[in-house]
Amino acid sequence: MRPDLHPMDDIHAALDDAGDQLPESDVAPHTPLLEVRGLGKRYGGVVALQGISATVNSGEVTCVLGDNGAGKSTLIKILSGVVSYDQGQYFVAGKRVKFSSPRQALDRGIATVFQDLAVVPLMSIWRNFFLGSEPTRGVWPFRRLDIEHAQDVTVAELARFGLDVQDPHQPVGTLSGGERQCVAIARAVYFGARVLILDEPTASLGVKQAGMVIRHVVQARERGLGVIFITHNPRHAYPVGDRFIMLNHGAMVANVTREDIDLNDLTQLMSGGADLDELAHEVQDHPG
Amino acid sequence: MTAATMSARGTPVTPGRSPLLRALARPELGSVIGAIAIAAFFTTQTDQFATWAGVANVLDVTAALGIMAVAVALLMIGGEFDLSAGVLTASTGLVTALLVDRLGVNIWEGIAWSLLFALAVGFLNGILVTRTRVPSFIVTLGTFFALQGLNVGVTKQLTETVQVGGVDEAQGYGVAQAVFASTWTVGEGEFRVAILWWIVVAVVATLLLVRTKFGNWIFASGGAPVSARSVGVPVGRTKILLFMATAAAAWLVGTISVVRLTSVQANVGLGEEFNYIIAAVIGGCLLTGGVGSAIGASIGALIYGMTQQGIVFAQWDNDWFPLFLGGMLLAAVLINTVVVRRRAEDSPG
Ligand SMILES: Nc1ncnc2c1ncn2[C@@H]1O[C@H](COP(=O)(O)OP(=O)(O)O)[C@@H](O)[C@H]1O
Ligand SMILES: [Mg+2]
Repeated sequence: MRPDLHPMDDIHAALDDAGDQLPESDVAPHTPLLEVRGLGKRYGGVVALQGISATVNSGEVTCVLGDNGAGKSTLIKILSGVVSYDQGQYFVAGKRVKFSSPRQALDRGIATVFQDLAVVPLMSIWRNFFLGSEPTRGVWPFRRLDIEHAQDVTVAELARFGLDVQDPHQPVGTLSGGERQCVAIARAVYFGARVLILDEPTASLGVKQAGMVIRHVVQARERGLGVIFITHNPRHAYPVGDRFIMLNHGAMVANVTREDIDLNDLTQLMSGGADLDELAHEVQDHPG
Repeated sequence: MTAATMSARGTPVTPGRSPLLRALARPELGSVIGAIAIAAFFTTQTDQFATWAGVANVLDVTAALGIMAVAVALLMIGGEFDLSAGVLTASTGLVTALLVDRLGVNIWEGIAWSLLFALAVGFLNGILVTRTRVPSFIVTLGTFFALQGLNVGVTKQLTETVQVGGVDEAQGYGVAQAVFASTWTVGEGEFRVAILWWIVVAVVATLLLVRTKFGNWIFASGGAPVSARSVGVPVGRTKILLFMATAAAAWLVGTISVVRLTSVQANVGLGEEFNYIIAAVIGGCLLTGGVGSAIGASIGALIYGMTQQGIVFAQWDNDWFPLFLGGMLLAAVLINTVVVRRRAEDSPG
């Protein structure tokens, strides 16, 4: 996307034309936004990921669960173009892709919010919102930031995610962790993301803040995005997930929809049910 | 337009607070108060300070430092240092003088080649820092020594002395003199045109920082380079351009000096690089990048110039100057750190 375009205008125009349809109409109706088949990745001799097959659809939240080292980060790094895969296939809107940079993924509408890497703390909210895609007006050498427009859009877009910003000049660093995630999510949505990847957005947050982020995930889904939500907390995943992918030692051990599973099963599966049962017994056997 | 959007930083402080409280949290504030206090002090202590001649004298010292401090401030906001900038002011002057004196070229041709040379040095600094990821402190220390050696070595080789002169005999010197070294008189004060260059540089740098996309990228490249890159900011290119801008500033200062003095010593500029950094820091630049302003750096330079000349006017021993400078620098670093910490503090909850 050219930085001097105002993507809002494009998206709104497209939405007006096509009613409720998504702007990209050359994609067949049932083509998933994103699909992987037998995806695999090795680091030297270490198999970080193998045989992953999954789809992400518009208006759905796909949760990726797994313990530390399960391969979650490796999977999203492949999807977002940070690293390349060496097995299987990766399709975006039905077309096979192999990204060599995050920029390429961004251009295909795949935006990733990496934990703690989303914002520049000392810069203001509006400058962060438009960072890398600043709106300008005037002709060179008098081309300058369209500050008023940028501030108005920032306030309006954050309001759509329920974040009431009094002063867009406020440094992002003064916002809470959840609010920062919100800025990063709102920004990805505004700039035309069709797939939003969130790497453990709730990991370092308290209950209230995590709830806020989960609400943003729902909002993004309602706006028609496909969301990939990485977490190791089934309590955060279950309320919003339409589909759950479980990774263990680089392999996919489960790929189930919400109808197939309840929170207890998910928690069990997640923590390697048998181990937990054993633990429960041990605790009972040796009280105190 | 509010005061906040015109300020050199563009990221004012806390929401919903009064403009006064906002101003109090800006790192330039310390330097503004310092500048006023120093001006008041020397006005009462000496007869010359608050005269046209005195002001012209102070601004003469300040102008060259100010031009460099502004450029170095931009580079520091972008997260890098340049230790070769001081020596480069001599190198650029030498390139012009040698071309004019040895080859007899028109002075403007010499000045143009000198600019190309400076941009090449800046580019080299930038590409080495961004490609190797060696800290710029080390890379530009290398460039510093290399240029220092070249300055003296080449000059001795070609002239058998450590000085090149005869610049005023070059074709086109008259116009160059008007552009880079003329003066105008107010009262008994003779003001140098370099002061105007300094103002132009400071204004352009401020607009660039606060009002353009590139300015946004400078703050982001220094403040959080990894985040900046992940949202598509060309961090490497931004830093290379900043090194080139610093080199171009060194060219401007070198040119002003060589045209004014009509000759250049091969060993000038040594040690100046620290004065640029000191002025930028006194003006609110953070050593870790991402924070600072061109106006602040200009005020930092002014503090330096006022103190240096004030001590001369007061007929004190000049040896006291470094003591004062060191104290000022430490105070500035402490104030900057506290202000920025308060600015970036996580709000509760
Ligand atoms: N850059 C790398 N080099 C070598 N091994 C890696 C690298 N990144 C990840 N791995 C390995 O791949 C496996 C999966 O890691 P990762 O995807 O980070 O898991 P998770 O994000 O689920 O904790 C681990 O065994 C890890 O050690
Ligand atoms: Mg991980």
